[in-house]
Amino acid sequence: MTSSEPRPRENQGKESRDRLNLPGYEIPPEMDGQIAITTLDRVYNFGRRSSLWPLMFGLACCAIEMICAQASRYDMSRFGMEVMRPSPRQSDVMIVAGTVTKKMVPAIVRLFNQMPEPKYVIAMGACASGGGPFKEGYNVVAGVDKFIPVDVYVPGCPPTPQALVAGMIKLQEKIDKQSLSQVRWYRKGADSVEIPVPFLGPDLIDPRNIPHIKAKSAELANPPAAENA
Amino acid sequence: MYGQGIWKGLKVTLTRFLQTYWEDLGWLLRGRKRYYSPEGIAHRSGKDNNGIFTVQYPEEDLPIPEEFRYVPFLVYDEKEDGGKDVRCTSCGICAKVCPPQCIWIVRTSDPETGRPVPVPTEFYIDADVCMNCGFCAEYCPFDAIIMDHDYEIASYERNLMNMEKLLKPASYYKSIRPQNYAFQEEARNAKEAAKAAKADADNEAH
Amino acid sequence: MTTPVSETKLEPLGERLAARFPGAVGADTRPGYSGWVVEAARLIEFATFVRDELGYDLLSSLTAVDYLPEGRMEVVYHAYKTTGGPALVFKVQVPRVDPVEVPSVISIWPGVDFQEREAWDLFGIKFIGHPDLRRILMWEGFEGHPMRKDWKEAFYEEEVKPFKSRWPDGNHVYAEQKNPYGDNIMFKPGFDPEKWTPTDPEELLYASLKNYQAESKDGIKTDQVLVNLGPQHPSTHGVFRVVVMLDGETIVRLKPVMGYLHRNHEKIGERNTFLLNMPYTDRLDYFNSMSNNWGYSMAVEKLMGIQVAERAEYIRVIMAELSRIQNHLVLIGTLLSDLGAFFTPALYAFEERELILDVFAATAGSRMMCNYHRFGGVVRDIPAEALQKIKDLSFERLPRKIEEFDRLLTENEILVSRCKGVGVLSGEDAVAYSMVGPMLRASGVPYDVRRADPYGIYERFEFDVAVRYNGDLMDRYLIRIDEMRQSVRILQQAIKQIPAGPIVSVKPQYQVRVPAGEAYGRVEGPKGELGFYVISTGKPTPWRYHVRAPSFINLTALEKMCEGEKIADFVAILGAIDIVLGETDR
Repeated sequence: MTSSEPRPRENQGKESRDRLNLPGYEIPPEMDGQIAITTLDRVYNFGRRSSLWPLMFGLACCAIEMICAQASRYDMSRFGMEVMRPSPRQSDVMIVAGTVTKKMVPAIVRLFNQMPEPKYVIAMGACASGGGPFKEGYNVVAGVDKFIPVDVYVPGCPPTPQALVAGMIKLQEKIDKQSLSQVRWYRKGADSVEIPVPFLGPDLIDPRNIPHIKAKSAELANPPAAENA
Repeated sequence: MYGQGIWKGLKVTLTRFLQTYWEDLGWLLRGRKRYYSPEGIAHRSGKDNNGIFTVQYPEEDLPIPEEFRYVPFLVYDEKEDGGKDVRCTSCGICAKVCPPQCIWIVRTSDPETGRPVPVPTEFYIDADVCMNCGFCAEYCPFDAIIMDHDYEIASYERNLMNMEKLLKPASYYKSIRPQNYAFQEEARNAKEAAKAAKADADNEAH
Repeated sequence: MTTPVSETKLEPLGERLAARFPGAVGADTRPGYSGWVVEAARLIEFATFVRDELGYDLLSSLTAVDYLPEGRMEVVYHAYKTTGGPALVFKVQVPRVDPVEVPSVISIWPGVDFQEREAWDLFGIKFIGHPDLRRILMWEGFEGHPMRKDWKEAFYEEEVKPFKSRWPDGNHVYAEQKNPYGDNIMFKPGFDPEKWTPTDPEELLYASLKNYQAESKDGIKTDQVLVNLGPQHPSTHGVFRVVVMLDGETIVRLKPVMGYLHRNHEKIGERNTFLLNMPYTDRLDYFNSMSNNWGYSMAVEKLMGIQVAERAEYIRVIMAELSRIQNHLVLIGTLLSDLGAFFTPALYAFEERELILDVFAATAGSRMMCNYHRFGGVVRDIPAEALQKIKDLSFERLPRKIEEFDRLLTENEILVSRCKGVGVLSGEDAVAYSMVGPMLRASGVPYDVRRADPYGIYERFEFDVAVRYNGDLMDRYLIRIDEMRQSVRILQQAIKQIPAGPIVSVKPQYQVRVPAGEAYGRVEGPKGELGFYVISTGKPTPWRYHVRAPSFINLTALEKMCEGEKIADFVAILGAIDIVLGETDR
């Protein structure tokens, strides 16, 4: 979280320009010794962060601000994100813009699985970050991070296009700090995050949660007889 | 002739294309900066703009109108000794009037008498639920919670804001909402003047 | 308007009905209510009478209400005449004992198709005679009927807001932690997900499509292809799914699937107080929050019986017309994107829209979710710079840019050849299918709520109701350009005439007293007639809060329009209906 002291707006332009042109490869002190960013990493990361192709995944109102961010006033193609593909096979970033409903979750997870590595997720808006104003609804999932791993959260209802661009810049900063020796897709074992697809029963069932649901449901059916105080 | 409609449309596109260069040239020749200057931004958001419309965020920024609503923040007045005089009295109206109920307030009680003390112990706003409606700021009787303008609050985790993150000085409030601040200060001073006048009148009566 | 019809020039309606349906039809005498109560057994007869002899050919809204304390469920119908005038409201009351059954009026007004399915889905009312009564917003297999008053959702905290857990001991805890399953899900006790056999929720959907035999000509069997235009697609209309049965490239059958953005607006509305509902209405048709706010505040103002401040009326009109222009601009942009002109018209449209959104941001505080109207007026006056911007826009920039759009697109041969004669819907069909808004006017029926049943101060402005007579895609595009020109005309008049004065007629407070009764407030939104049906019992929260969404109901005719068209035209036809999923699914 940013500090509570507001940043002076006059210096922001220069700051941002520096940030964009000299990507931040400084490693935070707590990770010193674990990661070394080499020149190859810089080249690799530069290529990846400068051409992030978003998956056009607008669900609700935030999708309109995403389109506005893509339109001529706040041009996202200045950052390399001009190609907004509807197909997950051709995209790098999934911008979940809008309320995630239970009926839509199987589709979202399938799309996420179909994205090739390296893949990132931005939760845009209050609804995708944490349920938003509709959190109490019976068809609403309280945040998309219940199903897929989220890299950047952009709060707001809806976040202005500038806020979304700020979120994309934060994602770019995150990408800068990744090292080839540590990335998931070049290691042995599973090279991609694949999430089991939830299905729609009497209510939404997440396959990772089945044992827990079964246990809890059995417990509720036969409440423990030891109710004595 | 077939194709005339297409040609008409293409003329429009071509005109707009050439106008982008024409405008840039015009500004260059007149020695004014069309980009990276407030004058240029005002022109590009105005009615006479015919050229490039892009506002190059983050280097350039559109001026934010005063009424703009983003996530709320709590106001504190800075005391002379550097302490924070939090305006919030934990009356709870903002928590009651919030449509998605994203404000949690713990009211302080005086440990000896048990009476409520007008300062909150804890104040949480879940920015992942907040819908930026502005009701909390609209109905706060003490002008203690105000809608912020800062939209660069993207983060790597969920955004649950506690009191420490929410407190911002009154000088910041003045800088982002000068008219509202002036209006509130006037009302406050008028109220104090009225109270002082009444006290004087009472003193005189006795 | 819910003025009982018997108070208008149809003076003897009460007697006429009593003579024709003795004992079966009576006036609704509850305090604050109006309309007629019809016995369920005579409903079809009554509906035929209403349509044929009284002339109410447009059934605008069908809603269900759950009166749990009285042990009754009610279905409320609002019917209008396309020649104009107030509504005829009639209701059917049935006991709240399963199975709850009401005869379906689909044979009389085919436009009630989706609305009856929604009543079945959310309330559990079976409509006898409906050919395809499946769930529409929730999925098949969902447990329970969510809008019933005794159905509590998983994150249920208290009956009404504000919740006591927020103050004075508001220790923050995520709602998930209070729920037994740790999330917004609930199951019957003893449910075993491993033993549960997943019945295919799509079974019924595909079954409803397979009413065709495989044709065999000269012994060659041709088969039909089932294509799923899924919730994720390049068109920007949102998460909307259509299952299409194709014969080669021609569409034979089509079924829309909705509910991917069902955000439980109506259930949340019942927990919110009247004022707290205002920001939620922004998020229905998220392009035009100004129109949504107006419709809702109109309904509540009718219940409260208060007048709106004069200046506020003008401000409302200005904002609504700006909203209409901005919506039509986006529509043209996205329609052209769907047709293949990748993004150029859309970018031009978004440029003008940004200027309008600047005005909204300076006045209301947010670009899209304006939350601007309050009961009795608006929340804030228009600042001087914003008023100057509006003047610049409506007198100089917008007329010029609309003409530019016209030149860019209207005579374009590609557009004409793709749009002329495609997706034709005749005027009678449009009225029968409860089509409203620009779609209806493009088919030759000049029904505009601003003229037919004026609200606000629209009587003071001179403007034409745009009509086109072919009912095809080209007309639907042209009518939007026409409407934008009329909106500019209204804007120019409103800016000249706006008086000084207060902007709200009652003192702003967050606990409004709303007397008991029902009200239906409708506005001519850019997509059609947007109606809010609010029932109050005198308590701080509404008893029932229903949104009559034009996008939802306009989709009823989608199948009729697309039969016989090519699959490539389908995207364009869908684009021209101008749906927005926030409204369709609520």
